[in-house]
Formats: sequence, structure tokens, C-alpha cells
Amino acid sequence: MANFFEPVGGPGGGAAAGAPPQIVLEVKGLTVEFSSEDGPLRAVDEVSFHIRRGEIVGLVGESGAGKSLTSEAIMGLIRRPPGRIAGEVWFGGRDLLSLDEPELARIRGKDIAMIFQNPSASLNPVFRVGDQMLEAMALHLPEPKATLRERVVENLVRVGISSPRARARDYPHQFSGGMAQRVMIGMGVSCVPSLLIADEPTTALDVTIQAQVLALIRRLARELGVAVLLVSHDLGIISQMCHRVLVMYAGRVVEEASVATIFRAPAHPYTRGLIECLPRLDGNGRLGAIAGMMPGLRALPSGCRFHPRCPIAEPRCGEETPALRPLATGRAVACHLAGVS
Amino acid sequence: MAQPLGAGGRSFDAEGLSVSPPIAAPADARGPRVGVRRLWRRFARNPGAVFGLAVFLGIVAMAVLAPVLAPYDPIAQGVGKPLEGPTVAHWAGTDSFGRDIMSRIIYGARVALVVGLVAVLLAMVIGVTLGLISGYYGGIVDVVIMRVMDGLFAFPIIILAIAMMAVMGFGVRNVIIAVAVGFIAPFARVTRGDVLAVKEEPYIEAARLASVGSLAIIFRHVLPNVLAPIIVQGALRVSGAIITESGLSFLGLGPPPPTPAWGRMIAEGQTFVVMAPHVATIPGIALMLAIVALNLLGDGLRDTLDPRMRR
Amino acid sequence: MVRFVLSRVGQTLAVLFTVSVIIFALMRMIPGDPVLMRLGDDFTQAAYERLRTQLGFDRSIATQYLIWIRDVLSGDLGDSFLNHERVAKLVLDAFIPTLILVVASVIVGILIAVPSGIIAAMRKDSAWDYGSMGFAIFVYSMPAFWKGIVLIWIFSVYLGWFPAMGYVHPWTDLSQGLWRLVLPAVTLGTFFSGLVARIIRSSLLEVLDQDYVKAARARGVRQAALVYKHALANAMIPVVTVIGLQFGALLGGAVLTETVFAIPGMGRLSVNAILNRDYSVVQGAILVGVFAVVVVNLLVDLTYAFLNPRIRVA
Repeated sequence: MANFFEPVGGPGGGAAAGAPPQIVLEVKGLTVEFSSEDGPLRAVDEVSFHIRRGEIVGLVGESGAGKSLTSEAIMGLIRRPPGRIAGEVWFGGRDLLSLDEPELARIRGKDIAMIFQNPSASLNPVFRVGDQMLEAMALHLPEPKATLRERVVENLVRVGISSPRARARDYPHQFSGGMAQRVMIGMGVSCVPSLLIADEPTTALDVTIQAQVLALIRRLARELGVAVLLVSHDLGIISQMCHRVLVMYAGRVVEEASVATIFRAPAHPYTRGLIECLPRLDGNGRLGAIAGMMPGLRALPSGCRFHPRCPIAEPRCGEETPALRPLATGRAVACHLAGVS
Repeated sequence: MAQPLGAGGRSFDAEGLSVSPPIAAPADARGPRVGVRRLWRRFARNPGAVFGLAVFLGIVAMAVLAPVLAPYDPIAQGVGKPLEGPTVAHWAGTDSFGRDIMSRIIYGARVALVVGLVAVLLAMVIGVTLGLISGYYGGIVDVVIMRVMDGLFAFPIIILAIAMMAVMGFGVRNVIIAVAVGFIAPFARVTRGDVLAVKEEPYIEAARLASVGSLAIIFRHVLPNVLAPIIVQGALRVSGAIITESGLSFLGLGPPPPTPAWGRMIAEGQTFVVMAPHVATIPGIALMLAIVALNLLGDGLRDTLDPRMRR
Repeated sequence: MVRFVLSRVGQTLAVLFTVSVIIFALMRMIPGDPVLMRLGDDFTQAAYERLRTQLGFDRSIATQYLIWIRDVLSGDLGDSFLNHERVAKLVLDAFIPTLILVVASVIVGILIAVPSGIIAAMRKDSAWDYGSMGFAIFVYSMPAFWKGIVLIWIFSVYLGWFPAMGYVHPWTDLSQGLWRLVLPAVTLGTFFSGLVARIIRSSLLEVLDQDYVKAARARGVRQAALVYKHALANAMIPVVTVIGLQFGALLGGAVLTETVFAIPGMGRLSVNAILNRDYSVVQGAILVGVFAVVVVNLLVDLTYAFLNPRIRVA
């Protein structure tokens, strides 16, 4: 793929040498609750993190850990009743959670873009693909429709769709999963956002297409300085793509570290368990496993949510909930026993 | 006739009734896995459905106990001044022959219920059997049966009933037959669709491999699993049957006078709508109550038996 | 798409064939000697034999059927027993008011159902939702003929706003024609709207849950456009089909409504014909009526295929 868009001012990354790139997204104490017959269910509990320009941050965890909800909460896609959201999400100098729908609509698709797990289902089946892309661009860009139509074709070329003019007149059901995801990415970045949230973007795709889509995302971060929040349950993808990783369990962040550290020396027992579950060529041939299952929201354990499955749990773990405390620069863990030995 | 697909793959049949494949848990002749008591509790959570059931049972009681409940003989003329509005003596007033309308309404429930229930039952038995055969055996039998059903289905029920009554003559028995014939096709279709889905299930395959005879498979294994949507269809169709019967009575094609039939009472009342509107309107209230109750009951049954339905 | 059209047309022809056989069979099952009935009072043995041969009753059943089909296709539906008029003319004259009534009812029904279904979906579980859906069930459960009488009582007798009966072709006198159509169209139309409102609501709710709506919102599409453009375009497709398929039920309802409002349509024609044992007319009327329903069903399916890109652009 050739030269994508013109980089916006300055070399890729756009930061002064030596200084860390500026923070694009800052999430503080994000909490998402739903009311139910059994009382309020907390699906996301006090999640805090930040992402800098050009950084790819991974949000990893099993299904049901709250990763998707976190990303949807950031975008304001969660219906307020029945959901309740607390905390702060700072972006572009404003707390997104305090904005109303029209203001959020202005930001979505323009400054923050999001792509989802099932790309074929993300396109409206009764409208042509080109028209949908045109709509997305017309919402945020001032140019006249005729110009934008050309831009749509250019976008399709850049994400690697051949015969773009013909394909733009096609309907979503005529696109394969991989092409559809590329279209979604093309739509997402057409306005050059500062932040891209990718929620399991390759789970529904096969491996070769997966590689292309991931490469595309990596380019965006490197060449354009787009900050990326990559949500996935696949540690392999995380290790390939991310600079930093957040591990989520039952709605809370239990570990945060650079990707190298996470894989080399995981601090939290859950993270350690996850990594041990990965098949290794140099192992003894047996696959590891973590006993038990992640608790449902209705039956959350007291104290540390992982303690019933934890191999090194102590009585204290069931009584006191461990807070996420820093171990070193850029490293934090929510475990009473980490970093002690 | 093609079934249109909703956005999520749900299909609607010609009357907009949402149809969907049967519940996943396999049942056999010993009874469905989902306990009856649990079903009742789910049903009871729907106030409309409970109301519908109560009213329906009330109407059944009214029909059965008619001789006891009715204050006057429904066909006796001159028990009151003609065309008098509701009074203490005559709760629903009197008609042009001086007959007590309330008693006629109570007895009219008999015609309505008999036609409604018997016609639907008849249609169900025939239609379900046809659907079972058609769905299970497939092939030319399926094609032929379904083409005939398509043909029948193309007739609006009233028109088919009118046509049949032209042949058979009027009267309650013929109304029942006419209405039943009209409802065979929907039952056959729904059953066949569900049978096609169930036919692929592993337990059917297992039974076949165990050399269980086809008829036994059909009646002991397939039927219990497609029963739920059939019951729902049945409940919903009873209201349609009663509406059709009342329509036929209204046109003069139902049970002959002086037998009280709600439809005909309304027709007779139309002539007097200026001076005595109660003659036409009050029987209609009874009719409407019955239909609303049956519709609510049918909806409630559907919500109970098919967990995929949302309101 | 072409394949779909061809298969549907083929299916329709099969149904039309079956319907014609059913009608033919029904009419042949009427007790009594049809030749005698036709002769009526002009009976002589010679005339009887002559008519019998002329009408083809000496041939086999299959041949009789084919002769009948041939006649129908060339527009000959026979003669009325009563007054010896051409059945085809009688039926056509009666079909037009019925068609107008049905069309007017559909318009009324849509005008009521679409806004109420959309609002009920948008404000799910609110008082408006329960209220309008309850009203829909209520209205759908009212037998059409009774509703007509009640409407006459309120709006014609009591308030005097509309005439109770009678029909005028709209092209003869537009204002009279429309004025007389109001009550009957409302009678049939509200029944129709009760059904359609519920379907619109459930279809829209289902669509709003879909991923592409969420993805569109994530792109910054505003709420109004989400609902009225993205969601509705998808939700209305099955609704359009259901509306079309209701034509049969509407025709049935029209039969009753016409009787209440004394509209000279198919309903009155058929019922009078039955009561007078004028079987040619009954046969002709039912044939035309059911054929119309079948053709409309075909058009509906084709419309669906056109609206749904998955079929239109295979």
C-alpha cells in the first residue's frame, strides 16, 4: 500500500524528540452498571488508563471481562437507562461522559473512530457501500458531495480494494469479511481521527486477512500518530501489535505493563495463567489451564475477584479488594502478593 | 407464497403472526422437558394473557350454563316491550320481537364457541396431519399437498366460506365445515415448516437408525416437538374462527333464525340503529370481548411457549 | 433476481391452476341439475337436451373443466341465471367499488399505523407504547361489520357528519365519492392498522438492535437519521410485504363492510347471488376475487425482491 494520507504537520508521531507524546485519551475511574432484578450489576469497575499519540494500547481479557463495554462506554454507545456510567473520559480537553448526543455525534467518526468485530454486520445491508462511506464523510468534512465521492474512491484504493469505483456501487453482502473490515477501517480513518478503537477487529477474519488488517492499523499508528485502543482476547495479536497492555478480569483492570514485560515477567497470577495457557514450541507438550471460570456479574466474589481460581490466594485476598498500584514506571498490578517476593 | 424475511431472519406469515422454529430442547412422547408448572408461572406473569384466559373461561361457563344463567327464554317473543333499551328487567334491552337480548347473548355464546373450537380443532387435526406427512416424507407427496394448500390459502376465509356454503347450504354444521376448511392450510404450513426443521435433529436420526418405524417417529418424536407453535396457532385461530362465524351469521348464512347468533343479532339491529342502537351495539360488545380475550390468550401462549419472542 | 422472478411466477401459475380447480369442483358439487336450473321455467325435454349438449355436460369432467378455462381466459364468465346478463360485466362493475374501498382503507390504515408503530418502538415500554399497542389489539379485535355499525351510529346518526350508506364513484363526483368513503374506509382501515402498527413496532425494534445501527452511530450519524434513514429502510421491507399480503384479508373484510354500508361491490354481489342461487355469478365473482388476491401476492413478492438488495443484486 502506498503512501496513505499526508501526515499532519511534522514527521510521523509529531512529537519533539525526547518528550513523551501527548496523551490523547485519559480514562479515570470508568464504571458501568446495569440494573437488574438481582440489583445493580457492575460490568466495568473503576477502570483507568491513558493512551498517547501513536501508541497502541491493548485491552485483553476473556469474553465477558468488560472489554467491549469499556470501549463502547468511551464512545457513548451505551444506552443510559438501563446502563449507568460513572467516571471521566478525557479527550480533546473535554469529558466525553458529560457531553450530550449531538456533541458526541460530532466527535464520533471524526476525532474518534471505532471498528467492530463483525464487519459484514456493521454495514447497512440496503445501502450501497460507497453511499455509506459518503455519508460518513459528508457528516464531518465540509467539501461538496462531488469531491467527497472522489475521496471515497481514493479511500477504497488505500485500504486495498481493487476496482474501487465498481465496488463502491456494490452492496455489503457482496463483500467478503476481510474486504468489509477494510472498508470499515477506510471509513473510520477517512477524517483522520486522533483515536481509533478497534474492538476485536480480526476475530471474524481468517489469518491471512487478519495480518493485512493488523498491518494497516499499525501503519496508522506509526505514520499518522493515531492512538489505538485494541481490544482483543487473543494474546498473539496483542503481542504483535501493542506497545502497552491492560489485562482485564471480571470488569477490573488487574495488570498494566509494556508488552515485553507482560510476556516476560507477568506480575498478576491471572496474567501468568493466561500466558501459560499459550501453546509453546519449547514447552513440555502439555497445555496449561486456569481452573474454574470467570464469575458472572451476579455472583462476583468478595475481595479480589480472581481469588477463587488463584493458585497463590491467601485469606486476605478474599476479604480486601486489591487496588491497582504501581510497581515501577509504567507498571501496575492489582494483587496483594505481587512484587512482594 | 414466499415468506418475507424480517431484518433478523424472523418471518411473518400472511397475517403478520410471527413464526419461528420450535424450541431447541427435544421432547418426546413422555412430555416436554420444560415443566408444565414452570410454563404456567411464565404465563401468569403476563396480565393480558391471564385476563384473556379468565374471560375465555367465563364465556365457556356462560355457554355451558346458559339454561341456568339466562333470565328468559332466548327465542320467546314478547317477554318485554320491543326495542326497549337496557332496564333492570332486561339488562341488555329487547329486540324488535320483544325478545330479551341478554338471554340471546348468553345462548349466542354457544354457537360462537362451538363453531370456534370445533372448526379449529377439525382444521388442526387435518392440517397438522397433512403437514406432518408433507414435511416428513417430502418429495412428490410434499409438493402435491403444498400446492393444494397454497391454492386453499389464496382464498380469503370469508370468501371460501361463502363459496362452500353456496354448495352445502347454510346452518351451523356447514359453517363449521366451511371455517375448518379455511384454516387447514395455515396449520399444514406451520406444521410442515417446523417438521422440516425438527427432521434434521440428531434424535430423529438416532430413532431412524434404531429402526423405529416412520409412523412411530412421526407421532412419538416429531409431533411433541412441533406441538408448541401449533397450540399457539390454534389459540390465535379460534378468535379468527369466531370472527368468521359472526361474519357469516351477519350475512345471513349462519344458523337460521330464531337461533341466537351474535352476528345475526347485530345484522338485525342495524335496521334499528336510529331508534334503538342497543340492539346492534350490545351483542357486538360481547363478541369483541370474546375476540380480545382470545387474542390476548393467544399472544400470551405464544410468549410463554416460545422464549425467543419479545413483546 | 431473474431466477427468483421466474420461480415465483411459476408458483403463481400453479396456485391459479389449483384455485381454478377448487372453484370448478365446488361449483360442480352444488346439488341439483345445473341444466334444469338454467332452463328454469322454460323447460321442455327438447330444450333440456339441447342446452345440455350446448353447455357441454355430456362431455367428461376434464373436458368440461378445460372448456370452462378456455372461456374464462377469453373473458367469458357465463351468464347470470337471474337476468341473463354477462357475469363478466356484473363482476367487473362490482369489483371497482370494492377495489376503491380497499385502496382507501389501506391509505387510512397506513396513515394511522406508521406513525403509531414508529413512536411505539422509539418509546418502548412507555405509556405511549402500551397505549397504542393496546389500542391496536383493541381495534384489530373488533369485527369489521360491528365497528361499521357503531361508527354509523356515532358519526352518522348521532353527529350527522357522514352519510350512513351509499356509494358514488370518485370520478363521477369527487367530493361525494370521498365523503361517502370515509366511514367504510375508517372501518376497514383501522382493522388493518391494528395489525400493521404492531408489525412496524416489532420490526423497527429488531432493526435498532442490529450491529449496523450501532456502527452507524459510532460513525457520528445523528439520531434522527439513524432512525428515519438507516433503521426504517430496513424495517419497512418486511412490513411492505405484510401489507401486501393483507390484501386477501382486506377483500374478505370488504365483503362485510360493503353489506353494512350498502356499497355495490363484490361482497353484495356474491352474497345476493348465493341467496338467489345464481351460481354463475358466485363462481365468476369468487374466481375474479381470488385471482386478484393471488396476483397481488405475486406483485408483493416481486416488490420484496426488488427492495431487498440481497435478492435484487445476487
